[in-house]
Order: sequence, then C-alpha cells, then structure tokens
Amino acid sequence: MNPTMIEDLVRLLGRENVLVEKEDLIPYSFDATAVLRKIPGAVVFPKDTAEVSEILKLSQRHKVPVVARGSGTGLSGGSVPVEGAVVVCLVRMDRFIELDARNFTLQAEAGVLTQAVYDAADAAGLFYPPDPGSMKISTIGGNVAENSGGLRGLKYGVTRDYVMGLEVVLADGEICRLGSKCVKDVAGYSLKDLFIGSEGTLGIVTEVLLKLVPKPASRQTLLATYARMDAAAETVSAIIAAKIVPCTLEFLDSKTLRCVEDFTHVGLPLDAEALLLIEVDGHPAAVADDAAKIRDLCTKSGATSVRMAKDAEESARLATARRSAFSALARMRPTTILEDATVPRSELAKMIRFIQETGSRHSLEIATFGHFGDGNLHPTFLTDERNAGEMHRVEAAMKEIFAFALSLGGTITGEHGVGLAKKAFLRGQMGDGSYSLMRQVKRALDSQNLLNPGKIFDP
Amino acid sequence: MKGGANLLKSLDYSVLQQCMHCGLCLPTCPTYLETGRERHSPRGRISLMRAIADGELGTTRAFAEEMSFCLGCLACTSACPAGVDYGTLFEAGRAEAERSGVVSSPARSFVRFFTLRFLLFRPWALKLEARLLWVFDASGLRRLIRRSGIYSVLPKRIGELESQSLPIQRHFSDEIIRPVETPEDGVHHRVALLTGCIQDISFSDVNRATVDVLLENGCEVETPRNQSCCGSLHVHNGDLETAKALARRQIDAINPARFDAIISNSAGCGSHLKRYPHLLADDPVYAAKAAAWSAKVRDISEWLVEIGFRKPLHPQSGTLPVAVTYHEACHLCHGQKISSQPREILRALPGFELRECPESTMCCGSAGIYSLTQPRTSFWLRDRKIGHIQSTGATVVATANPGCQLHLQQGLKNQVTSSNGIHPRVAHPVVLLAEAYRKWR
Repeated sequence: MNPTMIEDLVRLLGRENVLVEKEDLIPYSFDATAVLRKIPGAVVFPKDTAEVSEILKLSQRHKVPVVARGSGTGLSGGSVPVEGAVVVCLVRMDRFIELDARNFTLQAEAGVLTQAVYDAADAAGLFYPPDPGSMKISTIGGNVAENSGGLRGLKYGVTRDYVMGLEVVLADGEICRLGSKCVKDVAGYSLKDLFIGSEGTLGIVTEVLLKLVPKPASRQTLLATYARMDAAAETVSAIIAAKIVPCTLEFLDSKTLRCVEDFTHVGLPLDAEALLLIEVDGHPAAVADDAAKIRDLCTKSGATSVRMAKDAEESARLATARRSAFSALARMRPTTILEDATVPRSELAKMIRFIQETGSRHSLEIATFGHFGDGNLHPTFLTDERNAGEMHRVEAAMKEIFAFALSLGGTITGEHGVGLAKKAFLRGQMGDGSYSLMRQVKRALDSQNLLNPGKIFDP
Repeated sequence: MKGGANLLKSLDYSVLQQCMHCGLCLPTCPTYLETGRERHSPRGRISLMRAIADGELGTTRAFAEEMSFCLGCLACTSACPAGVDYGTLFEAGRAEAERSGVVSSPARSFVRFFTLRFLLFRPWALKLEARLLWVFDASGLRRLIRRSGIYSVLPKRIGELESQSLPIQRHFSDEIIRPVETPEDGVHHRVALLTGCIQDISFSDVNRATVDVLLENGCEVETPRNQSCCGSLHVHNGDLETAKALARRQIDAINPARFDAIISNSAGCGSHLKRYPHLLADDPVYAAKAAAWSAKVRDISEWLVEIGFRKPLHPQSGTLPVAVTYHEACHLCHGQKISSQPREILRALPGFELRECPESTMCCGSAGIYSLTQPRTSFWLRDRKIGHIQSTGATVVATANPGCQLHLQQGLKNQVTSSNGIHPRVAHPVVLLAEAYRKWR
C-alpha cells in the first residue's frame, strides 16, 4: 500500500478511522461468501458524504482501488477486497434523515441497518417490504448496491422497487443526487437505476430515498407438505391461475426438510418430497378469503397435509421450518455454499429435478430451498473447502446448474449479485450486445478502473 | 502456563471452519456494538484464530488483547445459524494468548498464580481471605481508610478497584446449611448442591434459599463439604490445566449415581459444569465419568420447572403488585439456553408483576473479572443495562448469577437518583421464591 495514500487518509479521517495493522485487516478480508478472501491494504471509516468524496479523490490521485462495504454480509463476494485496495466501510454513516409520512418516503444514510429501516417504517404504521436474510445487520446501502431480494419478492418485488432516489459519489469524487420524492419523475435518464445493483463498480451510494407502503392489516400463514414435488409445483400454478398473489411462497426439498426436522423437531413428515410455506397479507376479509382458497387448492393438487395458523404464534411456529432451513443445512458440513439460480416459475419443477440429478451425478450433497413464487431457488452445496477433489466437482456441478437455468430462460443470480462468485458465468447469460454495453458504461464512469475493479466482469 | 504447542494449531480445525462468516452474530456482540470494528466481533475474532491456525498470523500481543476484550458472553452462539462452538474457540484463544506469553509480566504472573492457582484452587484459602476482608469491613477499617481520602491521591485505578471489592457475608454456606437436609413431607428426589466460590462468600443467602426451595419441593439436599471451585474462571482466563485438575476433583467429590440432579444456582458455574465432558474429552480415565456427571447437572430454575415446582398460594390482598424485571445472565441464556424457566418462577410469585426489559439477553458487563480487566467496556455495558432496567420502572431486578448480581448492585448504587429515591433491589429468582414460600405457605 502506498504510504503517502495512508498518510493522506489519516490526515483526512483521523488515525482511529484508518486501519492498517494485520490484526485489524484480516477481519475485513471476506464477506459472507464461502471461500473468497483477500486482505485489503487499509480499511477506512468515513463519517459523511464529503469524506467519501475526498477518499475517492485520493484514490484517483494515488491510483489506489477502492472497495465499498457495509456490514459485509453479501453472498457473491461484492465487498471482498481486491489486491491493495482501500476498503471504505460505511457503517458510521448510520443517520436517519427524514421519514415523510405524507409522501410515504424514508431518507437515510447508506450505513443504516435494513432492520432499522423496517422498524422506523413500522413505528409510523408503514411498511418497508424487502427482507434479505441478513436484514438484522445488513446496511441499506449494501442492499441497494446488490439489489437484494428476500422472502416477499413475489408480491412486493426487491430493493430496486423501493428506491426513489440516491446520493452517489462518483469515481472522481463528484457528488450526484439522483431521483426525487415524486412518484412520477421522467426528467432525464433514470440514472439511479444504473447504480442499483452495480456492486460499487460505478460509484459509492451514500444516501438513499426509499418508498414505503401502508402496513398490511392482516396476514395468514399456511404450511403444506407433498409426497411428490410435481404436486407442489402444480399448487403454485393453481394459486397463480386463481389470481391470488401470496406475499410469501416458500419451498423446501426433501433433503432440506429432513435436515430441518433433525434440527428443529417441529414434526415434519420425513417421507415428504416437498414443503410449501405460504403467507397472504392485506385486508382481513381478502386474507381470509385467499387463505381458504389456497387451502382448497393445496388439497386438490395433492398435498398430503395442510395446516393453517390459528394465530400469530402458530404462524411463527409454521414459519420456523422455513426460517431454520439455512441454519439446519449449515450444520451438516464444514463449508456451505449458497447459490441462487433462478428460473421462470413455470420451470421450477424441472430445475429442481435437474439440481437433484446433478448432485447425485457428481456425488455431492445439494439441498434446495427457496422462493417458489418468484422462481428464485437456493441450491445449497454442503461440502468441505479443504477437499480439493470435492471442490472441483462442486465447480463442475455449479456450471451445469447455471447452464441449465439459462437454457430455461433463467438467470445465474436472482438476488445475491454477481460479484466474484458468478463473474465467470455472466458472459454466458449476456450473449448479445448487453455485455459490451456494460463495459461501455463502466469505462465511461470509471475510466481508471479503480472502483471495486474486477467485480461483475473485467472491463 | 507458558510453553507447549500452539493451542489454536492443535485445535480441531473443523470448529474454526464451521464459521461461514455470515455476520448474523454482529448485532448481538457487545464489543462490536461498542466499536463497530470487525476485529471486535465474533466472526472477526474467529478469522484471527483461523489465521493463527493457518500460520498466516503469529500469536501477537494484539491478538491476546483482542481475546481479553471479548467478554465470553456467548451471545453470538445464540445468534449463529451454523452452530459454531464459540465457547471452545474462546477458551482456546485465551489459553493460547497465555501460553504464548505475549502479555506476561512478573506482576501479572503473580496475580494470576495467586488467584487462579492458590485462592481459587484451595477453598480454605479463599474462605480465609474472605474472612479477613469481612473483618476489614466489619471493624470499620475500610470506612476509615476511605474517609482518609487516600484514594484521591492514589492513581484513579486503585480507587476504582477498591470500590469493586466483594461484599462478604458474615456466614458462609457451610455454617447455615447442614451436610444433609431432608424435607418434612417425604423425599421425592435426592440432589447434591454446589455452593460455588463467590456465591459462597458473597451470597450464601442464595445458597440457603436454594436449599429452602428444594426442601419445599420434596428434594433431599446434600451439600458436600469437599467440593471445590468448578474451574470456570480458570478456563475463561486461559488456564486449562488448572481447570482440568479442578474438574477431576469435583467429579471425584460427588458420585452422580447417588443423585437425581447436581444443582447449581450460579449461571457461570452451571454453564461450565455442563462442559466437563468437553474439557476432559482427551482424558482416558475421566472422559466417561465427566459425561455421566455433567448429565446430572441442572440449573436450579431448570430443575424446579422439570419437577413441576409448587407455586406459592396467591394472597388475597388488593395492593398493587411489585414490578420485577429479569436480567438474563449470559451463561444461563446463551451458555445453557435457559430463558423461560426463571421467568416461570418469577411469574409464579404472588404479588409480583414481571416486566420485560429491553435487551434482556445482553451482557451487563460483569463477565467474570471483566470489570477489572476492561473497566471502560464493562461500565458502558452496565450503564446501558441499568438504563433498560430503569425504563421498566421495576423495583426488583431478578438475575441468577453472582457476578451479574454484584455488578448490577454496584451500578444501581452509583446511580445518583432513581425516580422514587429508592434503588432497585437485585435478587436471585430463587431467593424471591423462598421468601414467597415463607410468606404464603
């Protein structure tokens, strides 16, 4: 690391906000992605947008790459440092700026936790729907940078659907405010959309303006089990065909289900091939009506059991099976690799079967769960990173799974982002001019290639 | 304590590998909340341990300081989706810090030897010192020295330490508990009682109350005179060898086959007592014995709920209930995953109303000797905890660990004013239950 760069950073931020010792840097060498790791040159903690701007100016002057980071809970390596980089950690920028109850908006700095956004909205009788699995600690800026999803995607969409405006610092330190509180705003290019999901490769998001919605008055939870996976898929088709849009429609395969039962003992049938957790929300009358219809559709499609929660407590109990899926799987083997291949929901049964076949063909343990309603699956590899032979098979299987997802009209990532983990597969998905269009955009905004270089693709 | 092989390198690597660095531990970690730095988080510390195990980092002074900064509250283990055994990593990390000698100095070595290998190894020595302290207090000598103003001219740290010294009971457990006490209405269960070290000299009344409550519930209580320190302070301070010696001694002192349960009323001890099989896993003679022994260990609240304790009769008075709040000792809720049982006891108390306090599972900063080694963080946590306690308006704080009880008592005493001018009382749930039995038979 360039010593004058460090001196300049210390002068700008104060010694306590510039980490350079090995014991301080090793804990910033990874995010929540398995296997990926690189020790950064330094980690800095700006307190406001002006400091972020100055840091980026220094990065240009000294030609030092910069990696933006929130709480480091990403699942594709988006915030894993690159060689010799300064990690710009935004957790100190955690101020709420405004909750506007008349316009249903919330403005906050990038380091505010997702859970805190949800809580602030909830306290005002409003609702911020995106709920990524790490929301208790993930930052809203990180959610925007990765365009995070969650369990409520089917009805409520993802982070992008709630971003009305952004404050972004560009590579040269220029500060831009994009978007507005107006529901209708067609002035110029929709530049904010360029930065959502850009993984810190085009600029650093320092502030967000979020859309909130009214809090649903009522919700109802159902749990159905199936002896055949096709019956579960048929249920999903039948629910959609009946014009019902549940807020949550989650799936566990047989392997996940058995691990969950081992771990939680909630009484799931061990011979079941699939489990669906379904939640509807909205006006109480509509919720009751939809829930009754869904129960009938589950039964008609061949569910072996359907349970409907009597109260909030039972809802929580039924949701335990889904909520503990990842925990249950993570205990099985030393390394857990969580993927997010996604297909149009009409192709789900085919995709799940292919994943299972691929697992047995490569003698691998792959358990699958995920968001059935929006086609976003989580094939989870239970493996050991120290077993080189097995890791090669994991790689081979992953390649086949992504290729198959693409052949079904799907995507290599539904909600985790490309980062480093899926960089090799992006070209396969973006065959036409879109790949070179991305390059043009990157070159236009970051000509020196200093913003999170090497992430998503090589420019 | 120095010398030997690197303890992190010889540790089962899969324990380190189990951490998938998802970050879900971060919002529950007190030191991460205080500083916002990954180094001070569970996954950050694990990454340092792994770097040492991989040979990428030596056992440096910074690492040793980091392990000392960790409270060992185990809140991360309750949040961890992957079931990482942080308790084992923490103990190995602290032991490695000691083994490497990177933070040793003659004075530090002497204090460690005197406390861990002398006072806490020989029950008579601890009691003798406690008796001397009691005389120091009772004779008025302490007050005289305090009034002399000498602490204002000595370094601030000495005055701080003095103000944190243990309160000593006039009577220790053996003087107020007979070796065997038998219930009047017939024996349904036979239990052995562990009286602890700090509990014994500072809160022997908690031990007495434990016996009373057990007798009320048909338990014959045997309190072995030859019991020793459980060794929990030793593992938490990186002295695994002395901890093992104490565990073997404890196992020999009580034959588990003779009892339905071995009762502990101190969360820190109970949590460690249940880990004896792990501590002695490599001991060819004691591994199996430890498994049988620890299988019988119960926290008092756990045991009372297990046997369906008798609820005191409700009074017919129309007076307002006393508000009680519950602070969960880390080594009860995180170390032993016991959360509902103490609340069941508190809810059974006639004339009391349980009011939940925010962050009830967050460490109060006591954490063994943490208030001595890391006073800044310890007091920051205590102030935070006391703020939450006061927000409930409770006049009684129930907690089931002597360290928490002492720390909170001192903290509440230091509060300049409370809303009604009265400082909340801090009490073990079992003491409140014993009082209720006496009052509402």
